[in-house]
This record gives sequence, C-alpha cells and structure tokens, in this order.
Amino acid sequence: MQSRAQAMAALLELITDQPVIICNGFPSREAHKIADRPTHFYMIGSMGNAPAIGLGVALAKPAKQVIIFDGDGNLLMGMGTLATVGALKPKNFIHVVFDNEVYGSTGNQPTISNVVPLEKVAKAAGYVHVERVLDRDDLVYEFKAMLKKDGPSMLLVKVNEFVEDAGRVVHEPPAITARFMTAIE
Amino acid sequence: MIESDVFVQALENLGVNFFTGVPDSLLGGIIEELLTRKLYTPAVREDEAVAMAAGAFMGGKIPAVLMQNSGLGTSLNALISLNMIYRQPCILLISWRGFEGKDAPEHLVMGETMPQLLDTLKIPRRTLSEQTMTDDLRWVGQTVMKQRIPVALLIKKGIIKGLHP
Repeated sequence: MQSRAQAMAALLELITDQPVIICNGFPSREAHKIADRPTHFYMIGSMGNAPAIGLGVALAKPAKQVIIFDGDGNLLMGMGTLATVGALKPKNFIHVVFDNEVYGSTGNQPTISNVVPLEKVAKAAGYVHVERVLDRDDLVYEFKAMLKKDGPSMLLVKVNEFVEDAGRVVHEPPAITARFMTAIE
Repeated sequence: MIESDVFVQALENLGVNFFTGVPDSLLGGIIEELLTRKLYTPAVREDEAVAMAAGAFMGGKIPAVLMQNSGLGTSLNALISLNMIYRQPCILLISWRGFEGKDAPEHLVMGETMPQLLDTLKIPRRTLSEQTMTDDLRWVGQTVMKQRIPVALLIKKGIIKGLHP
C-alpha cells in the first residue's frame, strides 16, 4: 500500500491551477512539502470542515474545479457535510479522502473507517461519482477520469500510516488566505 | 417590528451576497425571504455554515451566517481556528434565545452568557433594534471589513417579523 504523501504527490502532478483545500494535521504539512502553490489552502485547525470550505469556494467560483484533500478522521467528524454536498450537487467538486484508518497527527489512535465505507456514505448522500482505490495506477486513472466529469465526486484512497518528515506550513494563516484569494480570483 | 424583506434588502445593500446557516424560529421570516430571493444555501450544522462562509469569502463573496445562539457553541472551534486566525470576515446573524431567562430551559445558560462569551472570544457584537437598524448594519459592515473577522448581530424576539407573528 502506498503512503499518503506518495498518493498526494501523484495527484499534485495532475493538478494545475485548481484550488485545493487541504485538511488540518499532517496532510497540509505534506502537501506543503511536496508542492507549495498559492492555490493551496492549508488548514491548521477547524478539523472536519475542509469540504465545507471547499463547498463555499465551489459555490462562489462555479467555473473553478475545486479539489479537497481530506482524511478519514476529518471526514467522520464533519460527516454531515457529505449530505450538504450531496443535496446541492456542485459539479465542480472533487473530494479526495486519504484513508489510513487512524488519527495520525495524535498518535495513530484508530478511527472507525476500517468498518465504515466512507465512499458508500458519500454515494448514499448524493455524490454522483465515488471510487475506492488501493494502488497508484488506479488512483491516477480514476482521478484523471474525475477531472473530466461533472461532480460531486469522491475518490477514497487507501493509504498506509507512514507520515512524511514534513515541518509546519511556513505561511501565517492570514497570508494563506490572502494568497489563495489572489490565486483563484 | 422590522419587516423581513426590509432587513434582507438592507443586508444586500451592504453588499452581502452569500447567505447560509441553520434555522431558528426567530429567523424564520428572514430565511423565507432569502429563499424567495434564491440567496440562501442551507447548512446542516453551524460549524459547516461558518466554514462554507469562509470558502465563499475567499471566492469573492461577502457572507452572512444565520444561527440560533446554541449554534454559536457548535461553531466555536471553526470560528476561532478558521475564520478568526485566517482573517476571514463573516456577518453572524444570531438569534438571542434565552434572553432575560424567558425561554425553554435548554436556552437559559447560553441566553445569559452569550454576551460575555462573544467578548471573551473578541468577536465584536451589537444588538439589533428597529430604531437603530441603519446604524447597526452600517457598524456591522464597517467592523467586519475593517477587522476581517466574524462580527455578530444579535437578534432578540419581536425585532424582526417572523413567520408566525
């Protein structure tokens, strides 16, 4: 099984100028280390709210394809947002969930995503396309397909618990907001 | 009492063009008016609503979030670890349930402590009245864009005409 950072790097090669909302914890640090772009909105708090932020961007900017990098613990915390997205059906919404079945930022305590298939929850809530992928080839194939389709889409990527040695995001939060706004204007 | 359409029009005149939130009976008239104008995106929780507002702001909108004050508790972490530290302005239209202890038991503690809670969090607040509505909204608009954080306008029972007068 690939690591989250490996999966993320593969996706970031396919993403160009789309806004990317990245959930708090190690995912933001890893994305920042792999490719620090002004179109990245790195979260450091408000766990569970990445898809809600992405939904706000998607509704305000219907011509932009908005991508969310989320985690299983994050998604379980804000699961109601799957319903909001499923009901509103924004076409420009791609929700990637890196599922390692643990709260990695606090010491690998287990989540419950080993027994709760989150992509099926998304499908039941009204997401148009959902896929679960295990390896890099499938990840790249399905993500490329989602980039070409109307959403909302969810790509659930099973990853291992490995955490990249990545420092904190160097930008201050107000600077992250300002440069993100300019980049997606 | 302020008519809901007058209040909504005043917010639109202020430039507010993205509305989300979770309903309260005191906000029923406003939400009905927003739905008629196709301006309202319903949220399922108040933290989701303030996060959506943050996203909409970054996408170029001026957002407002409607909620009962119980939702202030639900949205607290998003308000302080997202909107406030990332400098994302947002107008919070909060119904003041439990004001002066006259409400159902679940509203009494929040009804009594909300002003201190907002002050502790350094969220600027003002209480709406019919006589001062123009001034209240001008203050909200100026404060939210100057401080670039959430600003609360508190709405008591009987100030804005609801669905069931």
